[in-house]
Amino acid sequence: MNGPMTEIRNYTMNFGPQHPAAHGVLRVIMEMDGEVIERLDPHIGLLHRATEKLAESKPYNHSIGYMDRLDYVSMMCNEHAYVLAIESLLGVVPPIRAQYIRVMFDEITRIRNHLMWLGAHALDIGAMAVFLYAFREREDLMDCYEAVSGARMHATYYRPGGVYRDLPDKMPLYQRNDREGDKGLAARNEDRSGSLLDFIEVFTERFPACVDEYETLLTDNRIWKQRTVDIGIVTPEQALQLGFTGPMLRGSGVEWDLRKKQPYEVYDRMSFDIPVGVTGDTYDRYLVRMEEMRQSNRIVCQCVDWLRSNPGSVMLDDYKLSPPPREEMKEDMESLIHHFKLFTEGYSVPPGQVYSAIEAPKGEFGIFLVSDGANKPYRVKIRAPGFPHLAALDEMSRGHMLTDMVAIIGTQDVVFGEIDR
Amino acid sequence: MSVIKKFVNTWGLTELARGLGVTGRYFFKKKFTIQYPEEKTPKSPRFRGLHALRRYPNGEERCIGCKLCEAVCPALAITIDSEEREDGTRRTTRYDIDLFKCIYCGFCEEACPVDSIVLTDIDEYHFESGETGVVTKIDLLNLGDRYEAQIASARQQDSAYR
Repeated sequence: MNGPMTEIRNYTMNFGPQHPAAHGVLRVIMEMDGEVIERLDPHIGLLHRATEKLAESKPYNHSIGYMDRLDYVSMMCNEHAYVLAIESLLGVVPPIRAQYIRVMFDEITRIRNHLMWLGAHALDIGAMAVFLYAFREREDLMDCYEAVSGARMHATYYRPGGVYRDLPDKMPLYQRNDREGDKGLAARNEDRSGSLLDFIEVFTERFPACVDEYETLLTDNRIWKQRTVDIGIVTPEQALQLGFTGPMLRGSGVEWDLRKKQPYEVYDRMSFDIPVGVTGDTYDRYLVRMEEMRQSNRIVCQCVDWLRSNPGSVMLDDYKLSPPPREEMKEDMESLIHHFKLFTEGYSVPPGQVYSAIEAPKGEFGIFLVSDGANKPYRVKIRAPGFPHLAALDEMSRGHMLTDMVAIIGTQDVVFGEIDR
Repeated sequence: MSVIKKFVNTWGLTELARGLGVTGRYFFKKKFTIQYPEEKTPKSPRFRGLHALRRYPNGEERCIGCKLCEAVCPALAITIDSEEREDGTRRTTRYDIDLFKCIYCGFCEEACPVDSIVLTDIDEYHFESGETGVVTKIDLLNLGDRYEAQIASARQQDSAYR
């Protein structure tokens, strides 16, 4: 071998879509200089299901179930934005109890989402135990979902004009089995002896200590700090220019939360704080989300108190919009006609357009809805918070090491259901 | 933080020890895992699992072929053909549910005016080939007959909210 050795510097590397740290189906093409990322290019679209187009061919209510499947770790928040859009076009306001239930379940969803994020983020960086503990608490919240809607994930619980059914007075119990003795069974069923609200209340009492536990494992941990402090710094100006929302924006120190700035439902009656970060790095965003879980827990507590003392209807009585109760439907001819009209044709929404946004766990989740007066939307545009976050992956990862990119994907909390739609 | 405290914390690995304390405590605690096939998590009466078609207590099938479920199904998973029976009543001749299309939203059950199509709490089933993902009317009626007690009790428990 004579002559000068060829020096190859940059090379291209493929990451995903099957990589477990890719959080689903992210594919990234990275141009590397050794272990340092020169630039990268996220490829999306592997989970595209044409939700927006499908919604155009179905009556309004039919798409609620598909909204669950957008951001499939914060189901009810997606439904909420869609249902709010329909309600504001129709000009109806759901009963106050339904609004409290929605706020409570939005916050339960936020805790669920952040638990999932925490577990996955820590697991990406190498901490296994947090994942197990986070999922233990998540299981209880799934039980809350199941108790009200009948599904642990894809709830289809919010409806235009209210929610599907009122909160149940009884929680399902663990059944006797060969493995568990009387004592074990009683311990498992201890929290479940009362109503759903009792179950949630016990959870809210227990949960702050659980967050303390996660924080004991991570917040001061030197390995965790080495992997997150000063990784993926976003300045407040950058964050605003990149279209960040939610914890990504608040991590950079911008105090922006739709629940405070543009309150919907009964958020204006809730007392809670907006945590903000200082440096805008991955560690700050971690701290922001941890505090958000505590604040959500506070909101859930307030909702439980209110819901306990204020029974009432959870659905509008307008049978043009919501089906009549089953008993009435079977006895009253007019109710039966309403029932048939609703389930075949649905309802027509007056022509117009609306953008309704809510503070989803990941940021501002918005639905832009155009109606031409028919019983199905003319156009539905979904504003997914993860999309602008992922678009900033290149800017956030440049100059970082390859492994830091995994931490940055984790901190962005991307879910491809909503990004690819 | 004082220099000495910092020195102790850095070299004494205190925060790691506290973390290990948490995991260590759970190591000796009773496990919270559910041993699945033997133990099962509780299911709410609203649970939305596998479908079934119900009958009246006299053995007559409830379904009258009104096709509301077919119309309301967001995923177009239900296919119904109906005909007049010899006794002059309208009945379905075909009632297929494509379980691969179904999104288990429960709209069919909400729409059914005679409580015929229901979502049971069965969540353990499998298909051995692609074609068997479509359940037919016979399968659905058999499911309904087999699990009628559970179906009826779940509806009864939730009747106040329906």
